[in-house]
Amino acid sequence: MSDSKITFSRRNFIRTSSLASGGLLIGFNLFNSCKPNAKAPVDLADLDYKDFNAYIKIAENGAVTIFSPNPEIGQGVKTAMPMLIAEELDVAWSNVNVVQGDLDTVHFQRQVAGGSQSIRLGWEPLRQTGATARQMLVNAAAARWGVDASSCKTKEGVITNAKGETLGYGEVVTEAAALEVPENVTVKDPKDFTIIGTDAVNVDIDKIITGKPLFGLDYKAEGMVYAAVVRPPAFGKILVSFDASEAKASNNVIDVIEFDNKIAVLAKDTWSAFKAKKTIKAEWKTDTELESTEDHDKILKDLLQDKEAKVLREDGNVAIAFAEADKILERTYEAPFLPHNCMEPMNFYANVTADKIHLVGPIQTPQRTAKVIASNLGRNEEEVHLEMTRMGGGFGRRLYGDFAIEAASIANLAKKPIKVVYSREDDMTAGIYRPASKYKIKASIKNGEITGYHLREAAVNGNMYGLIPNFFPAGAIANYKVDAANYQSKITTGAWRAPYTNFLAFAEQSFFDELADELKVDRVQMRLDLLQKVKGTTDEEIQYSPERLGNVIKLAVEKSNWGKTPDTIYQGFSAYYCHNSHVAEVADVEVVNGLPVVKKVTCVIDCGIVVNPIGAENQAQGGVIDGIGHAMYGDFAFNKGVPSSKNFDTYRLIRMKEAPVVETHFVENTLAPTGLGEPTLPPAGAAVANALKAVTGHRFTQQPFTKNPEHLRVQNKEIIG
Amino acid sequence: MPTYTIKINGKEQTVDVSEETPLLWVLRDQLDLVGTKFGCGIGQCGACTVHINGTAMRSCSTPISVIADKEVTTIEGLSTDGTHPVQEAWKEVDVPQCGYCQAGQIMTASAFLAKNASPSSEEIKNAMHGNICRCAAYNRIHKAVEVAANKLV
Repeated sequence: MSDSKITFSRRNFIRTSSLASGGLLIGFNLFNSCKPNAKAPVDLADLDYKDFNAYIKIAENGAVTIFSPNPEIGQGVKTAMPMLIAEELDVAWSNVNVVQGDLDTVHFQRQVAGGSQSIRLGWEPLRQTGATARQMLVNAAAARWGVDASSCKTKEGVITNAKGETLGYGEVVTEAAALEVPENVTVKDPKDFTIIGTDAVNVDIDKIITGKPLFGLDYKAEGMVYAAVVRPPAFGKILVSFDASEAKASNNVIDVIEFDNKIAVLAKDTWSAFKAKKTIKAEWKTDTELESTEDHDKILKDLLQDKEAKVLREDGNVAIAFAEADKILERTYEAPFLPHNCMEPMNFYANVTADKIHLVGPIQTPQRTAKVIASNLGRNEEEVHLEMTRMGGGFGRRLYGDFAIEAASIANLAKKPIKVVYSREDDMTAGIYRPASKYKIKASIKNGEITGYHLREAAVNGNMYGLIPNFFPAGAIANYKVDAANYQSKITTGAWRAPYTNFLAFAEQSFFDELADELKVDRVQMRLDLLQKVKGTTDEEIQYSPERLGNVIKLAVEKSNWGKTPDTIYQGFSAYYCHNSHVAEVADVEVVNGLPVVKKVTCVIDCGIVVNPIGAENQAQGGVIDGIGHAMYGDFAFNKGVPSSKNFDTYRLIRMKEAPVVETHFVENTLAPTGLGEPTLPPAGAAVANALKAVTGHRFTQQPFTKNPEHLRVQNKEIIG
Repeated sequence: MPTYTIKINGKEQTVDVSEETPLLWVLRDQLDLVGTKFGCGIGQCGACTVHINGTAMRSCSTPISVIADKEVTTIEGLSTDGTHPVQEAWKEVDVPQCGYCQAGQIMTASAFLAKNASPSSEEIKNAMHGNICRCAAYNRIHKAVEVAANKLV
C-alpha cells in the first residue's frame, strides 16, 4: 500500500570528517546513490558532491549549514528537506543555514525535481543522517563526562547529562568528528517532533522580497553576452537560408551564428539581442506535412474507436459485461495541448572552454542535461560543471534541457560565455507541451450495479505510464479495462504538472458524477461503496488506499458542508489519488451577474505527515487554482505547425479575481509523507465541472470550459443571484 | 547612442542606450538591478512592475526616453533592508512559491496601498488582478495585502 516503507540501507551512507577549518562535516547519500567507500572532505572548498550528494556542517560555534542538492522550483523542498535533518539533529531551526548544492554529473542518481517525490524519498535518509550526527555528538559528550550516552539528552543543540551538566554541540564537535559512525540510531517518534509539523518560512524569503539575484535570469558572469535565438516558425520547418546583414549592423550586436536549424543573435545586452533578432530574414522549407489541431482531433478520435489498443490493465471481461448490460453509459473527454508558461522564461548560461563546460541556470534535471551536452560537444562528463539556480516555476518544463543544450552549442561556437534568453514568445512557441489527449469511458450497468468499465486513452506522442492504470476505480469493478494508443507528432510534448492524471482525473471524476445520476444514487456514497470493494485487496499494483481515499472523501463532505449549503451555492465533488497522496475536493459555485463563479474550494489531503504546514498549504492552494485555471481558460492549438498563442495577451492564465478561496484540510496521521507538489491539481477540474453541471445544466466534457462560453451562461433566471 | 540620466532609488544614474530601450532592460542589464523581472515584455503579466513617480508601471513597456525627470523606485529601493510593511507582510504570510513574480506583486501592492490604506477585499482583487502568479499563490497575495494594510494604519 502507499504508506509502505521505502527500503533504506543505512550501511555506508554516512561518512564524517573533521574540517581543517574546525567543525564537523557529514557527507551522506540522500538516495543511496553514491560511492560506498568515499570520504568526506576536510576542506569546504573541496566539497563537490562527487562522493556524497548532500552535506551537513556543524561549526564550533554550533551553527549548522546544510548543503542541499535538490532543485527548487517553488515546491518548497529547499526549506522542507533541511527541516527533516534539523529535526533529528535536534537543533533550533533558526540556527540552520541552507545552501543550494551544485550538480555532480558523474556520481549522482536523483538530483531531480519531479513527480512530487523529493520529500517522500528523502524522509528516511534525511532523518537518519540527522539522527546519526546527533548520536555522534552525544557520544562525544558522554565520553568527556565519562557517563553512559543513553543517560544524556539533547535539546536545540545542547546536550545535558543526568547531573544537569551541559555541553553545546559546538563544544564537542571536534571530538565527535573522530568517532566511529554509529550503525543503529533510532529516529524520533512523531509525537516528539519539534520542527517537523511546524511552520518554516521559505528559506529564500529575504532575497525574494528584496530583489536579490537568485534566478537563472539574474545570473551574470564576466564577459558574458546575451543570445536571442530565431527558431523555426512552425513545427516541421527547416532552415534554408537567412540574411542577417541588418542584425549584424545593429548596435551592440556581436555576432550571428547558425546552429542546429536555428540562428543565434549575440549582443551585449538582452534588449539589443531581442531587437536585432526581429530583423533577421530567414527562409524555411517543409519536407513533411505541417500538423494542425483539427488533424490531431480527427486522429485521436479515430484512435478512440479502434478495435484494439495497448492494454494497460484488464480484469474480468468487459466485453461480456457490456453485452449483458441493462444500460451502457459512454462519454468522450477532450483536452488541448498546454504550454507550461513558467513566469521565468527559459534561459541558461554556458561557457565552453578547453578544460571545462560551465553551465548555470534553472533546470529540473541537471544530470541528464549535463550528460547530453557533454555528448553533443564530444566532451567528458567530468568536464561539465553545472550550477543550479532557483527556478521561476517548473511545472515539468524544466525537466527538458533543450534551452541549456542550445546555450552550450552557442557558447561552443561563439567561444565566449553566453546566456540564452527566451522572450515570452520564444517560451510559448518553442514549448515541450502537455500533449493533447482524449478519453473515452464506457460503463455497463446491470441491476443497478456498475458491472463493467472501459477507459481508452488516445494522446499525442505517448500514454499514461507506471501505475496510473491501476488508480481508482481499478479494483472496485469486476470487469475493468484500461487501454491506450498514441499518435507520433512533430509537436514536442512532455510532462506537465501531474502528467496524464491532470486530465484523466477530470474525465473519470466527471464520468462518476454522470454514473451516479444514471444509477440515481448519491454521488459521494457511490464512491464510498466502490471503495468498499477494494478493501483488503492483495493486488500489489493497487497502491491507493481505499481507507485513506474514503477518509478524505468523508472529511470533505463534513468540511464543505456538502449538501447542506444555501440554495445559492452549487457544489461539485471530486476525489483522486496520485503521487501517493489521496485528495478530495468540493467546489462551491455561485451565480454573479448571470455567470457562474467558483467562489471556494474545500480541499482535503492525506499526504501523511505534513513536514512544513505553511508551505504545504501554499502548494495545495496553488495546485487547486492552477487546475481550475487551466480547466477554465487553458487553450492552445496549432495551425499548420504554428502555435495559436505567443504571449499573455491571447493566452489566458487564471488571475486574482478568478481565483477561489481554497480551504485546505490535511488529515492528521503519523504515516510517512507522500507527494504534494502535484496531487491537488488533478481533481480540481472535475470538482468545478460537476458544480457547473448543477448550476448551468451543461455537462462540460471538453477543456477549456471557456471554449464554449454559451454554456457558461446561466439560463434559468430564477437562480441568478 | 543617446545618454540618459535617470533617478533610480534616489540615485542619479547615467546610461548610454537607444531611446526605445525599455526601462526593464536598463535596470537589469545596465544597472545590475535584477530584482525587477522579465515576464512577458508586453505589459500583460506585471512581473516587471516598478514605481514611476509613485505609480505602479510596467517597466517592460516604458521606454527609457520617457522617464527623464521622473523618480523610479524598484524592489531594491522599496526599503533599505526589506522592512517596508508590504515586504514584511509578504514574509509573515510566506507568500512565495517559486518567488519569481513577487517583486512585481510587492511593487503593485505598495503603490496601491499608498493611495488606499484600508482597501476592501474587492479593491485588493482589482488592484492585484494585473499581476500573474503562475504558482497561483493568490490566496496568500490577497492575505498579505490585507496584513500590509493593517501595518500601514
